[in-house]
Amino acid sequence: MLRLSQIHRIFNEGTPDEKTALDNINLTLNKGDFVTVIGSNGAGKSTLMNVISGVMLPDHGRVELDGKDVTNISEYNRSKMIGRVFQDPMAGTAPSMTIEENLAIAFSRNKRRTLARGVTKKRRDFFKEVLESLHLGLENRLNAKVGMLSGGERQALSLLMATFTEPSILLLDEHTAALDPSRAELITNLTKEIVDKYNLTTLMVTHNMQQALDLGNRLIMMDNGQIILEVDEDQKAKLTIEDLLKEFQRIRGTKMASDRALLS
Amino acid sequence: MFTSIFGAFESGIIYAIMALGVYLSFRILDFPDLTVDGSFVTGAAVAAIMIVNGSNPFAATLTALVAGFIAGSLTGLIHTVGKVNALLSGILMMIALYSINLRIMGKSNVPLLNTDTAMTSVRGFFEKTGIDGFMNGLLTAVGLGDSLPQTWGILLFMLIVTFAIKFLTDAFLKTEVGLAIRATGDNKRMIRSFSSNTNLMIILGLGLSNAMVAFSGALIAQQGGFADVGMGIGMIIIGLASVIIGEALFGTKSIARTTLAVIGGSIIYRIVVTLALRVEFLEPGDMKLITAVIVILALTAPKMIESYREKKRKVKRQLDNLQMVVVSSEGRGKAGAALKSDS
Repeated sequence: MLRLSQIHRIFNEGTPDEKTALDNINLTLNKGDFVTVIGSNGAGKSTLMNVISGVMLPDHGRVELDGKDVTNISEYNRSKMIGRVFQDPMAGTAPSMTIEENLAIAFSRNKRRTLARGVTKKRRDFFKEVLESLHLGLENRLNAKVGMLSGGERQALSLLMATFTEPSILLLDEHTAALDPSRAELITNLTKEIVDKYNLTTLMVTHNMQQALDLGNRLIMMDNGQIILEVDEDQKAKLTIEDLLKEFQRIRGTKMASDRALLS
Repeated sequence: MFTSIFGAFESGIIYAIMALGVYLSFRILDFPDLTVDGSFVTGAAVAAIMIVNGSNPFAATLTALVAGFIAGSLTGLIHTVGKVNALLSGILMMIALYSINLRIMGKSNVPLLNTDTAMTSVRGFFEKTGIDGFMNGLLTAVGLGDSLPQTWGILLFMLIVTFAIKFLTDAFLKTEVGLAIRATGDNKRMIRSFSSNTNLMIILGLGLSNAMVAFSGALIAQQGGFADVGMGIGMIIIGLASVIIGEALFGTKSIARTTLAVIGGSIIYRIVVTLALRVEFLEPGDMKLITAVIVILALTAPKMIESYREKKRKVKRQLDNLQMVVVSSEGRGKAGAALKSDS
């Protein structure tokens, strides 16, 4: 469970470049919620992710995870409970290490790291089992360096690594945006499968409106650091891209700024 | 000739521990750590002063290792907590250590002649075993008897110590903590998202790296019979040379393979320098220049060879294409050939 209350974040405060990235954000994700986040560039989506994951601290406000106040807890400490997949397929894995070593790193996420061997026989069997769920044949390439994998394979592996320890919340930051359409679809399907399997509480930022509608049970739209639209489960089932664009124009009175959003 | 190669082999295997330390910081952590120039001397100074004051030489060598760990951790602290550029924090620590080393030794040179060092005790122990006599007898038998090494003990002892450190390093880099350190050098953002404190990993990694360097310094001081405040100058480059030569010659397929390559690189580096110094024209003072040239060659030669091969391949492909055109056009008569060669 995640609860954000009255989150504010301003960049370059007191200079002519001052920009309000997050303006009084209140958001609660209950256990098992899958919320998709859309909005034009500069709406504050990435800042929101960074504040939740602890990369940035909010200027004001409170971040609660599983009922615990984590507002001022460091990024690495918080990541025991947070799974993250980044937009860049290179960002979520260590390229010069093997697949099984990467998985071992992810496996130790919520444990204390010791001087015990990272990859044991028992763990290797477990890694094979979870890799099979990706249907990419990676279970036969446990000793391949991750740098040799394609972008799609790396992103699938990142997704697996972020999720198989069942974190309290999963943050997906445009994790299909850097892939070609067929790979993006593969990752989208895997996301759906994995989130269902572990019943993960998920927050997903996307530029792809169709993806935002297809995935998840709730949707929020952000603009200028504010949440301008919240769609619940029942409404979301009926929602179309047209509706979303119309809704945006109605609220903001301007055409949606992002070309990328219109294209998709 | 044989004795000088033997000597090069012997010091190469001791310097290999330093090179393993440099491998840990430079390759695993991706941190160009210049502390090495200082911490090598720190190890030598701590061991020398303790031995001169009557400590057990093995205890003194282990204390040197701890001193190196502290020095490395401090560099890590300056870089992570102080957010100082990696190169600069190493240089700062190196400069600071220069004064600290002088303080430890009390003067710029501490001789270890006529004292009990780790090397003299190993030697003494070996004389009793009779292996020296046997090995030298063997050498005489194959016709290398004109210049015999004084003892085989140090070489064998150091082989055991260096390989023990190599295997410990290999095993450590496969532990959960070791994997986290490797990932820190590989992708910091990733490992932070898997709940590892990258600052702590850098401090720990640099500490271990400099512990090895200081350990090697302590042993070199005991082998050479002195600790000198200037003995660490250019040490980082020697370490780098060993790593690069080793990797180029023996490959980097796995961690175990690479650490072995680094040891091999260190020995080969020593042999190359020894051979170079036998050239009439060169003097012992030219050693740093030779080292720099070796490193430059080791860094540039593989790339140049690769691009030369690439060029050759391209030329060959073009020739092949041309030939194919000629062959196919000959079959179709002159008109076709004229057309093809135009295009």
